[in-house]
Amino acid sequence: MALDHQAKRDFKVVGTRVARPDGIDKVTGKAAYGADITAPGMLFGRILRSPHAHARIKSIDVSEAAKAPGVKAVVTSADLASPDDEYYADIRDNCLAREKVLYDGHAVAAVAATSKAAAKAAIRLIKVDYEILPHVTDVDEAMKPDAPVVQEGRALENVPAGMSQNVTSHFEFGHGDLDAGFAKADKIIERTFKTAATHQGYIEPQACMASLGTDGRGEVWCCTQGQYMVRANCAEVLGIEASQLRVISSEIGGGFGGKTTTFIEPVALALSRKSGKPVKIVMTREEVLRATGPTVSTSMDIKIGMTNEGRITAARGELRYQGGAFPCGTVEFGAQAAFAAYDLEAVQTLGWNVMTNRPKEIAYRAPGAPTSIYAVESVVDELCQELGLDPLDVRLLNAARKGTLSAYGPTFNEIGLVATLEAAKAHPHYNAPLGPNQGRGLSCGFWFNFGGNTCVSLNINDDGTIGVVEGNPDIGGSRASISMMAAEELGVPYDKVRTVIADTTSLGFNDVTDGSRVTFAVGLATIKAARAAIQEMCKRVAKIWGIDEDAVLWEDGFAKPSGPNAGTHPPMSLAEIAAIAGNTGGPIAGHHEVNADGAGVSFGVHLVDTEVDPETGATKILRYTIFQDAGKAVHPDYVEGQMQGGAVQGIGWALNEEYIYGEDGRLQNAGFLDYRIPVASDLPSIETVILEIPNPGHPYGVRGVGETPIVPPLAAISNAVSRAAGVRMTELPMSPPRLLKAMSA
Amino acid sequence: MADGQEWVEVEASNFKQLLDELAIKHPGLAPQIKRGVSLSLDGVIYREAWFTEIGPENEIILMPYMVGG
Amino acid sequence: MKMIPVETMINGDRTEFLCNSDESLLDVLRDRLGLTGAKEGCGTGDCGACSVTLNGRLVCSCLVLGVEVDGAEVETIEGMADGETLHPLQRIFIEEAALQCGICTPGILIAAKSLLEKNPDPTDTEVRYWLAGNLCRCTGYDKIIKAVQKAAAEMRAA
Repeated sequence: MALDHQAKRDFKVVGTRVARPDGIDKVTGKAAYGADITAPGMLFGRILRSPHAHARIKSIDVSEAAKAPGVKAVVTSADLASPDDEYYADIRDNCLAREKVLYDGHAVAAVAATSKAAAKAAIRLIKVDYEILPHVTDVDEAMKPDAPVVQEGRALENVPAGMSQNVTSHFEFGHGDLDAGFAKADKIIERTFKTAATHQGYIEPQACMASLGTDGRGEVWCCTQGQYMVRANCAEVLGIEASQLRVISSEIGGGFGGKTTTFIEPVALALSRKSGKPVKIVMTREEVLRATGPTVSTSMDIKIGMTNEGRITAARGELRYQGGAFPCGTVEFGAQAAFAAYDLEAVQTLGWNVMTNRPKEIAYRAPGAPTSIYAVESVVDELCQELGLDPLDVRLLNAARKGTLSAYGPTFNEIGLVATLEAAKAHPHYNAPLGPNQGRGLSCGFWFNFGGNTCVSLNINDDGTIGVVEGNPDIGGSRASISMMAAEELGVPYDKVRTVIADTTSLGFNDVTDGSRVTFAVGLATIKAARAAIQEMCKRVAKIWGIDEDAVLWEDGFAKPSGPNAGTHPPMSLAEIAAIAGNTGGPIAGHHEVNADGAGVSFGVHLVDTEVDPETGATKILRYTIFQDAGKAVHPDYVEGQMQGGAVQGIGWALNEEYIYGEDGRLQNAGFLDYRIPVASDLPSIETVILEIPNPGHPYGVRGVGETPIVPPLAAISNAVSRAAGVRMTELPMSPPRLLKAMSA
Repeated sequence: MADGQEWVEVEASNFKQLLDELAIKHPGLAPQIKRGVSLSLDGVIYREAWFTEIGPENEIILMPYMVGG
Repeated sequence: MKMIPVETMINGDRTEFLCNSDESLLDVLRDRLGLTGAKEGCGTGDCGACSVTLNGRLVCSCLVLGVEVDGAEVETIEGMADGETLHPLQRIFIEEAALQCGICTPGILIAAKSLLEKNPDPTDTEVRYWLAGNLCRCTGYDKIIKAVQKAAAEMRAA
């Protein structure tokens, strides 16, 4: 039968709201997360961390700790391997410091003991002799030629000579004649913006249990966004063969990008190898904030020129990002995303990455984009204010569409920006009246999304049910969506399909769950695996009916003759075919392995009303509406969930969340009391409008949706607050003290 | 150098050949190519697929290797 | 230091355990009693993922000592369903997609149940303020509030 690649339009399962498979386990407390596992003979691991922002390690004396009651092993970086690849060497040095500690909280040594209390007591007995060095935590300070150098010799070939060694990379791109463009503008605004680092704030701290024998064979149970990534990192850092390590991903209590790397798993493995027992490590909240991977903090200069009618004639952005004590590439994504929403004749973006004495950055939803788009959308909004123009009309006038040469290089295919802008314009929120001290703001948002390495195995069980085996931890409800796509393709009810997440031994390599890739790429592979299984089932039925394979088609869960020439045969259901699989050749399955490309970008627009209290500087969110293009919403509840969740993270980023470092370079607010994320009483109901402009790269038109929602809130809220407060805000978060200061200036 | 916006001429019929030729003809680009680049072909991003065919009519842009969160 | 014997009632079952004087109730539930439904999100009473009720009062079990529950009644998420029958809150949370990763869900369910026992007909604002002690990072709280209200309506009608 012919298998075509057209996006289906008449969906039976896709687009409905089914119950998720892990629901009962999660509402009854049965679901097993990273810290919920035990093993016989298990030891408890605990990590000693640097109290200094920057220091040379002169010596580490573990003798007292090793003798302490209950202690079975002590490790330092000497117990880890020496990877040649810089990427893995950095991960290794971040897991346990080598010659220097590079930030407050940097891991230095670890013990494994028979109880949590014994482990905690033992690390206090480890004596580290530090030579304290000067430190730097601010991105602009770290760029100065005389700044303390975090690491030497890490600058790439693209960094101009004479800069501080903390500057590790530089790039520029763009198109058109900038000078000519600015000359055409009726108004030019140039502003500098600063944003503080934030943390993904997943409620579940990192946790793992690891077991490693002296023969190099081991097992890890951990909460992670990628079990294959954990395997690869641990193999390199421990110097063992990846195939000898079985990594099982537990249910995960939030990731958002923060669990796409490893911090404790290699340490637990090293302790296990040395002690001969399984070792469990669970991070405390303080450790999570001090020593996992927050976002970059930034300093950005944006210059945009606009005509009186609202057409942008030229735009320039210079971004300076710091990603902690190791080189980081996030500034490039930020730069590429910055002007992505606009059709520009002349645009130039430059970026710098800078090292500081802070923890090693890792992704947080759309890495780099929220901050750069915050800056750009703020300047666009200010231009609208100055010129007396409607912010939505200006976006529509300049919006990128199919055929636009994007600011970051490629020409756009079919995209949903104009549709989301028009939906916002037509929505009652846009024209609702505002009261005193209230302001309305909007922002566009964008993320590239991608596909990635994916393996799916689909088994037709002998009882007519379907087992889908995939390799991507479920961080947003993807198991339900994957099952839905399998059910749709096979023509069986959703509840006949069960999707499970494999460990690293059961499937080939899968990229981590990131890039909003799972519904897109795992979905695509599932559909193709289903089609392969269908082809096999048709083949079997053709044999039974004594006709050509091409004369059998699959429809609504049945194999049917394709036409009158094929003869009269009653349709055979999937269950019937499955029941006799043993007679017709053996068990039936389909599989698909791919490095999926063709992911569609996802545009969104957020609209928000805020009220600023002139006495306290506190901001109240009054109304929030999100418009986003999902391509095809497989499970609308989960698409809405991504939109609302991402928006609220953005609200926290805009109004209150920040990493506060003291003069001593130590993190001052390493707990949920003072690193305050939004709570239920901070927020109104959040309305969501899903648009569907199908992505031609996916059989059902799916676009990734998970990351885009965190991008617009920063500027949308800053624009709303700036209008409500009567002063343009250029620093995040807009906490009450900052707002009060700006209003009284 | 302008990342992905320097217009160059190379002979290649797929992504891998393009990268190999670029690294030879423009050695300054070699370290970035080694670190990893993605390819945009007529607006569609190919993250690392060597055998993606390219022809004289295609618009090709090189971009940094994509990650997400 | 010798461990202290404690006798208590957990989810209606008489329970005895030994613990150190400095162990929290959360540690005891998770490490000694195999009740891992309550989660440690912060250890400082700021996130609510460890919520249980103690003699009918909503508490953070990370702020209660194990020895404090001697002679008291503790209710955890494991006691919320009745055999195979889910509590309306549990069932409606699934139906209304009021959870994504689910790590905060046990705490939120315990907190919501506690609210509805005291106030069966709360306003949205009252629900939001009651749940202000339970952090959720995935959902933005919207579907949670709707689910609590839907369950409240069903429970009032019963």
